[in-house]
Amino acid sequence: MKALLALEDGFVLEGESFTGPIDLAGGEVIFNTAMTGYQELITDPSYTGQMVCMTWPLIGNYGINPDDMESDRVHMSALLVKECCKEPSNWRSTETLAAFLARHRIPGVEGLDTRALTLHLRKAGAMRGAISTKILEPEELIAEARKMPSMEGRKLTPRVAAKAPYRWDETAGTRGLPVPAALSAGGTYAWPGTHAENPRVVVYDYGIKWNILRKMREYGLDMLIVPPDFTPAQVDAVNPDGIFLSNGPGDPATLTDEIAIIRELAGRYPVAGICLGHQLLALALGGRTEKLKFGHHGVNHPVKNLISGKVEISSQNHGFHVIAEGDLIPTHVNLNDGTLEGFRHRTRPIITVQHHPEAASGPTDCQSFFGSFKDMLMNKSSS
Amino acid sequence: MPRRGDLKRIMVIGSGPIVIGQACEFDYSGTQAVKALKEEGYEVILVNSNPATIMTDPDMADRTYIEPIEPETVAAIVRKERPDAILPTLGGQTGLNTALELAKSGVLDECGVELIGARAEVIEKAESRELFREAMERIGLKVPRSEIARSMEDVRRIASSMPFPLIIRPAFTLGGSGGGVAYNQEDLEEIAAGGLDASLTSEVLVEQSVLGWKEIEMEVMRDKNDNCVIICSIENLDPMGVHTGDSITVAPVMTLTDAEYQKVRDASIAIMREIGVETGGSNVQFGLNPENGELVVIEMNPRVSRSSALASKATGFPIAKIAAKLAVGYTLDELPNDITRETMASFEPAIDYCVVKIPRFTFEKFPGSKDELTTSMKSVGETMAIGRTFKEALQKGLRSLEIGAPGLGSAFRAPLPERSELVARLRTPNSRRLFALRQAILAGMSLEEINEITAIDPWFLRQLRDIVDMESSIRDFALGNSMTPDNPEMVVMLRRAKEYGFSDRQLAEMWKRPESDVRALRKATGTEPVYYLVDTCAAEFEAHTPYFYSTYETGRELEAEDRKKVMILGGGPNRIGQGIEFDYCCCHASFTLRREGVQAIMVNSNPETVSTDYDTSDRLYFEPLTFEDVMHIVELERPDGVIVQFGGQTPLNLAVPLQRAGVPILGTSPDAIDRAEDRERFQALLRKLDLRQPANGTVTGLSEAREVAERIGYPVIVRPSYVLGGRAMMIVYDENDLADYFRTVVGTETPEHPILIDQFLENAIEVDVDALADGRDVYVAGVMEHIEEAGIHSGDSACVLPPYSLPGEIVEEIERQTVALARELRVVGLMNIQFAVKDGVIFILEVNPRASRTAPFVSKATGVPLPALATQLMLGRTLKELDPWSRRKGGYVSVKEAVFPFKRFPGVDILLGPEMRSTGEVMGIAASFEEAFLKGQLASGQKLPTRGKVFLSVNDRDKVFAPDVARQLAEMGFELLATRGTAELLRSHGLDVKTVLKMYEGRPNVVDMIKNGEVALIINTASGKRTANDSRAIREATLHYGVPYTTTMSGARAIARAIHAAQNNPLRVESIQDYYRAAPVKG
Repeated sequence: MKALLALEDGFVLEGESFTGPIDLAGGEVIFNTAMTGYQELITDPSYTGQMVCMTWPLIGNYGINPDDMESDRVHMSALLVKECCKEPSNWRSTETLAAFLARHRIPGVEGLDTRALTLHLRKAGAMRGAISTKILEPEELIAEARKMPSMEGRKLTPRVAAKAPYRWDETAGTRGLPVPAALSAGGTYAWPGTHAENPRVVVYDYGIKWNILRKMREYGLDMLIVPPDFTPAQVDAVNPDGIFLSNGPGDPATLTDEIAIIRELAGRYPVAGICLGHQLLALALGGRTEKLKFGHHGVNHPVKNLISGKVEISSQNHGFHVIAEGDLIPTHVNLNDGTLEGFRHRTRPIITVQHHPEAASGPTDCQSFFGSFKDMLMNKSSS
Repeated sequence: MPRRGDLKRIMVIGSGPIVIGQACEFDYSGTQAVKALKEEGYEVILVNSNPATIMTDPDMADRTYIEPIEPETVAAIVRKERPDAILPTLGGQTGLNTALELAKSGVLDECGVELIGARAEVIEKAESRELFREAMERIGLKVPRSEIARSMEDVRRIASSMPFPLIIRPAFTLGGSGGGVAYNQEDLEEIAAGGLDASLTSEVLVEQSVLGWKEIEMEVMRDKNDNCVIICSIENLDPMGVHTGDSITVAPVMTLTDAEYQKVRDASIAIMREIGVETGGSNVQFGLNPENGELVVIEMNPRVSRSSALASKATGFPIAKIAAKLAVGYTLDELPNDITRETMASFEPAIDYCVVKIPRFTFEKFPGSKDELTTSMKSVGETMAIGRTFKEALQKGLRSLEIGAPGLGSAFRAPLPERSELVARLRTPNSRRLFALRQAILAGMSLEEINEITAIDPWFLRQLRDIVDMESSIRDFALGNSMTPDNPEMVVMLRRAKEYGFSDRQLAEMWKRPESDVRALRKATGTEPVYYLVDTCAAEFEAHTPYFYSTYETGRELEAEDRKKVMILGGGPNRIGQGIEFDYCCCHASFTLRREGVQAIMVNSNPETVSTDYDTSDRLYFEPLTFEDVMHIVELERPDGVIVQFGGQTPLNLAVPLQRAGVPILGTSPDAIDRAEDRERFQALLRKLDLRQPANGTVTGLSEAREVAERIGYPVIVRPSYVLGGRAMMIVYDENDLADYFRTVVGTETPEHPILIDQFLENAIEVDVDALADGRDVYVAGVMEHIEEAGIHSGDSACVLPPYSLPGEIVEEIERQTVALARELRVVGLMNIQFAVKDGVIFILEVNPRASRTAPFVSKATGVPLPALATQLMLGRTLKELDPWSRRKGGYVSVKEAVFPFKRFPGVDILLGPEMRSTGEVMGIAASFEEAFLKGQLASGQKLPTRGKVFLSVNDRDKVFAPDVARQLAEMGFELLATRGTAELLRSHGLDVKTVLKMYEGRPNVVDMIKNGEVALIINTASGKRTANDSRAIREATLHYGVPYTTTMSGARAIARAIHAAQNNPLRVESIQDYYRAAPVKG
């Protein structure tokens, strides 16, 4: 079925829907350069509100499997590709990409000249766009694109963040699933492990990727995952060793309540943050965030770890970046454009990274971040 | 951290002659490395015996030794030059093995030389099967179950504990030579014996078969700070069991999820660390069970490789250049990515197109060999194609292959083979399996069944089915549609077909109309390709390197520049007869154009070459060399001229069609090319100039052939006028031979195309001449006298410059005829002529108004850069102006020797003939002919003995000459051995000969003696199919046991002279720069 993609600046491309009719879908159009991992990408909540153009042209080759989910559903507004494979080949595949997207009512469009689109976005910057199989008149669809909300100033976490506390049950599903966590009337939580072996972490879920939870379990952390409005008093009641701030979608600067909570917690607990968590911590501690022209979305970004001096190839997905100021000491820097990739606090036990050490998709080079976090928590519990 | 300051002089070892498994990719990587090291201010000493390489150009390294790459010679160079370090990882397996031998022999310690890039222990750990397996187990990775065998007893013991099929892999060999798959005990005995023999360390690995598993390759780089990046992943369409060099491969990996890919990535990096490759690039191969993802490590190469060259071309990331810089102390984050300039080399390329590599085979050149693909590599070249989809890339690749296939489908109306035939063609991997897959799909075989038979991943099979389905739609389209540009369905059809990679030729064949019609239809409907950039980053950053591929998309990122520009058409995939020599010329055309301020635009499809390096030309189009694909570029670029005379036959075949299409051809006119190539016009040309050619005739059947042969007089050379792959040329000595030829080679007495018959000039001296001309003046660049007599293909003969036995007046007359021909043809650029001299009479065998295989050799031998000057001539400069005469160096002798792939083709006779079979060449330079010839022999892998037993067996025609050679050898202290006939002959000339038994005469016979290492040299010219199989068995044993040999009397004479020289003088090594410096100044 013929589909049209229009950007707010008048750029138009034709393609075909591989998920059936699309009345209208839209959002910020960005591109991702990863050559593997579309399943992880489409289920990553950080893509909420975005239409993602995959620069690698052959998408869907290995289908969809039950193991590689990063959440329980598809979050992006649409997937834009060159060629979608309808008959995947992989021993783990249980469903085609097309069927999976259709099941989640997320449009997929193929036959697009994704390089032309990427070149345009690189030059003109990420921008709003719309797709449809109904509106095939370019001017009309361009007008629709212009009606879409802008990513700057957009608050998207409420759509994807945790609504209630939960824990990660690694025995559920094929590779673990969230399970509601019960707090006592007094707000305490029955941590399963011991302080000494399994440091306890309250994880703020702004739209967390499951692999962060899997990785933290792998590193032996006990986690209570909580919604963004979980108050510092509630945190005190569950008495964790540290706080973790997750990734998530949207403009970090809009999350003023969350930032206030973080500011308070950062004075009392060791804190680590990934992606949005990193940005929120920065905002809470005197840093600034700015929108990048077209963001970093891919799995090949070199990050220099300023502590080890080594280069790590990282998985990245962010449209905003942090300008570190005051007490924030850079620990990681992006070698492509010199943007900040992580910081620590001058005096407090606080570490962050802008990229994704949990990978999924992408290289596992940076996962020692979880180890550093654990060490920080262990030092705290031993002191 | 800056580069290492403690190193001043670095030695680079090249890979020597082009052989199967080691081709021009090592000139590509070596050239990059030499340039990179020089850029850093190091003094570079280079050793490479291959004159047709860019890296051995005298202005490339500081000290260039065109000397044999073997431990003793290289040790002599090390002792002479005293480098601080050797970089051994850029010269393929040859470079690596040689470095390892040097380390083991203590020369490196003695001279205080460090191995950089990979230390000796690292090389051993990666290359020794046992050490490697232990290393893998330490890091928790699996390798196929296997055990090392050092004898046949070991082999049998190990095999008894594992089920067939078993893989036999020798340690330390090129491209898995000597290995194979054993399906039964008999195979096992044969393959293992060959493998033990081929291995440098007499070790073979007997291995659990992972046949049918997915084969995955990773290209990894590491710097001294332990930063690791993956440059490219590659998935083989042909599953495990076919050597990766013989497999159709695709980049990046197609069928792995991210989780699986990351597992392979992590494993690759862990292997790099465990093996201990400190800096540089490595290639790791994995097998992956498609049922459950079980991963096994197959091997790792701690050096740049064919795959790394492919990875570089596939991604735009210059692995060899970066490897060289890492070896001298840089880290990945200190080195800029040339393509984006603003980002660093420490990243992993992201690509937004699909890359397909397809190997090119030449089984037809080796009658008796089986077209079967195994773990021992047999392909002689490869082509790479880039498309936005696999389908597009695959079909572009197939037409780039130049084997007559315009894409996956052709001969659309030909009947399909029987099912049993199809199954057979699918079951055993072979060079044409892809085409059999199409036929099987067309014949209605299910993909499940095909998968069961071939184990090819269903993803690839479905892609092929999609192409086949599209083929049907295209074919049927013509039935019910108006084939006019105003039909909107037509527009859609054309675009779809093009997106699937169909060529105009395929469409024309399916629609039964001329290709020009299809072209016109496309132009009228605006169905034309765009050019997209290979930029390492999938458009994320602005790219500065001009490396393009065509695709049917909508964007536009390329504009023609408004300046003087010239397009160079390359040679396409390497094949026997068209390889690195032509790429060498194309590169120089580019370098020269750029020096002259002209934009150089390169078109080629061969990923192994220097010409497809992104910084060789101002613009690189990685495209098939077909009329359609070339015209698209011409129309976009509008070049001021196109150079067709450098890339061999491939571009030459395009000269006339391009000219007809109004494309300006630079240099010699296509009409002159035609005058030299068309048999009748050529005869007229010679008549006009009063030059002589061997008597000849054209016949259409056997009876006519008999008459013509009778008139000419036997022996005659016969060949079909139309051949694919250049096979089927033969020398026939009598009427029976002739009838045999028609019956067995032509296959019919009344062939479709005429048969050509030429007088064969027996025992004539063949001479090759290269010349430059500007339309008026002619510079005779080199007169090369062949060692082997006329009748042996010029590409297979050794030759000497200057001539070593021809009288001066003959040479002068040859020069005169050369000048006359060049003037008459108004040659502008290069030209090559083959002469034969018999009894003082000069015959012209062939005139090629284009660059020849010998152009690089002559350039090196005389110090006159022929392709560069030829390019300048094509741009309008004159010879007077360029004055090559004053630049000519001399005062030494240069010998070119051919190198053969016989070891790869068991069962093939090693006798030389009119059909070219060598894959490469080496050069020997010395003060005397004898020493130069000796070096040529040594460089080609033949270490001539200075004492021992010589076995002689000669054919009747050579009996006149044999006694002389035998006497010389006897006088030098050799003991003579011969079978009865030859022995009697030699005795009758008063020589002391020991008679040895032929095979059927009992034991121990001559073959036993060869096997026992009792024979030091073999002179065996016994030929003809009516000669007993005996002589063939002797030749097989000769090859198998690596005994120095010759199959011609002229070769034997040269060998005798060389041995005499070797007995009296040690070999001296000298750099090409020193040869030139010492050369007498000529006026």
